[in-house]
Amino acid sequence: MLQSFPTMTIDRVSASILVLFSLFVIWESRQLPLGSFRQPGPAYVPILLAALLLILGVFIILMAGRARSLSSLRWSEWRHALAILLTCVFAVFAIERLGYRLTVLLALVFLVKGVEKRGWVSSLTFAFGMAFGSFYLFYTVLRVPLPQGPLGF
Amino acid sequence: MTETLHNLYLGFSVALAPSVLLYAFLGCVVGTLVGVLPGIGPLAGISLLLPASFGLDATSAIVLLAGIYYGAMYGGSTTSILMRIPGEAASVMTCIDGYQMTRKGRAGPALAIAAIGSYIAGTVSVVGLMLLAPPLASFALRFGPPEYFALLTLGLLALAYMSGGSMLKSLAMAVLGLLLGMIGIDPMTGFFRFSYGLVELGDGIGVVPVAVGLFGLSEILLTAGQPTATEVKKPRLNELLPSRQEWRASLWPIGRGTLLGFFIGIIPGSAHIISSFVSYAVEKRLSKHPERFGHGAIEGVAGPESANNSATSGAFVPMLALGVPSGPIPAVMIAAMMVHGISPGPLLISQQPELFWGFIASMYVGNLVLLILNLPLVGIFVNVLRVPYPLLYPAILVFCILGVYAVNGSAVDVGIMTATGALGYGLRKFDFETAPVVLRLILAPMMEMSFRQSLAMSSGSYAIFVNRPIALVMLMVGLALLLLSIVPFLIKTVDWRQRLGVAGGQDAREKESL
Repeated sequence: MLQSFPTMTIDRVSASILVLFSLFVIWESRQLPLGSFRQPGPAYVPILLAALLLILGVFIILMAGRARSLSSLRWSEWRHALAILLTCVFAVFAIERLGYRLTVLLALVFLVKGVEKRGWVSSLTFAFGMAFGSFYLFYTVLRVPLPQGPLGF
Repeated sequence: MTETLHNLYLGFSVALAPSVLLYAFLGCVVGTLVGVLPGIGPLAGISLLLPASFGLDATSAIVLLAGIYYGAMYGGSTTSILMRIPGEAASVMTCIDGYQMTRKGRAGPALAIAAIGSYIAGTVSVVGLMLLAPPLASFALRFGPPEYFALLTLGLLALAYMSGGSMLKSLAMAVLGLLLGMIGIDPMTGFFRFSYGLVELGDGIGVVPVAVGLFGLSEILLTAGQPTATEVKKPRLNELLPSRQEWRASLWPIGRGTLLGFFIGIIPGSAHIISSFVSYAVEKRLSKHPERFGHGAIEGVAGPESANNSATSGAFVPMLALGVPSGPIPAVMIAAMMVHGISPGPLLISQQPELFWGFIASMYVGNLVLLILNLPLVGIFVNVLRVPYPLLYPAILVFCILGVYAVNGSAVDVGIMTATGALGYGLRKFDFETAPVVLRLILAPMMEMSFRQSLAMSSGSYAIFVNRPIALVMLMVGLALLLLSIVPFLIKTVDWRQRLGVAGGQDAREKESL
């Protein structure tokens, strides 16, 4: 009789990722001097920690039988989450090229108009208010340095 | 005692200077707002104003940031009671009975007890901080690298032991945090580790982008797409006064919460979150009518609220006396102090008495400001939550990006925030706690350095950790905690967390936001 696969629980999946990550750290540490037991080098502690994470990951996998099943996870917010992450990635590349105000303006128009489907007037009013208002508060009043961008924005 | 009073007089002369008073007030207002908003907790608030504090003198900067910290602790209770929305993680337990009181028309007394309990706890715990930090700092002068390594190891094991969820998962998160803390230049040899050619990673990953990502951004990712704001029930001023019976019922929970919170706050970890869980569980266990808990018992508000405010002061003890942060927020405050050329640690109190005692006195002042602010102005603060969430979360996101970018003026930090936000989202979906990751990320360089320095001191002999009495005691306590944590795996028994009902706090921790 065929033995059925163990149930895919959230702990099994997450711990497997941790195990893979720890193996990756051990692999990447090979470029650094390990040192010795008595005189640890730069790779010593990372490898020690990765090995510990590996052991913990294996234990979590072994004891994961009672955890929630993977199918019980709900991802109803994934579209919003993806849009927000894309906005953040855009900010990483744009903030120093376009400047703070233009970056925030575009990001907010995308989120409020594009994702939240608000009207153009309210989206633009909100985006302009936030971009220029926060810039005034932090840059002008609180003297926090923020990038201006090539267009002076 | 005379010396303490003299020092306190010195502190008040600093804290009552108009400019310092203004920053304490500003910090309390911003902190309360930050505490009210979901997804943006004290850490994100402190991160936002950190760059603005660079231009201030050291005392004003620390007073401002500390004001945000305990202001957020107060503010979090307001939305928990009125709307069942924990503004920050430590207020989760307040939601249970606080909101039930609101439904029964007792929102006013719940808010009043939360504010008064927080005030008493905040004030009493500052006395504890004032009395405990100086002798601890003198004692810590005997600490060398082996003692620091033992202390940090003890903190790691204590955190795992006190964690309400899976110990294995908590430890795994702590180790993940330590591994992330390995990124950057190795301080002993100068080798670049895991930086993949990015010069910005030479100094390692900053605590601000990681913490804002793991707590603030991941909260936004989990909650975006929610419908509109909940209805806000605002009590009138004349409805705030608790009845005599409610006063009586709250008195002991406030006292117990204060003591519990303070001592739990000292332990490295996610102190204020754990303290409110434990306080709630203790009150429920000690109550003659535990069945009232969950249905509007005022003790369920008084205890946890006092505990989480008391833990705030407790968390400052290791930060000021040892230079060891007990959580991500004290870690950011240490970073702020270092910007001003001040190194917290055993020598801080003797070398910078006006800063230490000014800070202590400003906490007394801040607690009073918060009591005055919180009750009459509660209606104004909760109005923020009338903003529809589809507009509120983009605004919070902008503040997260702004705060993270402004600390170092680095777009790479915004990238780290994005990556750790996605990581935090995944971890919280899979029921992992994220607080140990941040805490260990901060402590990793200190832990590795003390470990390797100890071995260098002893020519490679590991006996140095057991030959030194202070280090040995701390390691033995850590070992005992580890063994106690393992017992439930070996013997089918009910451990203290299950007895107190703390293990049920997973839902609460899912709401975790610093």
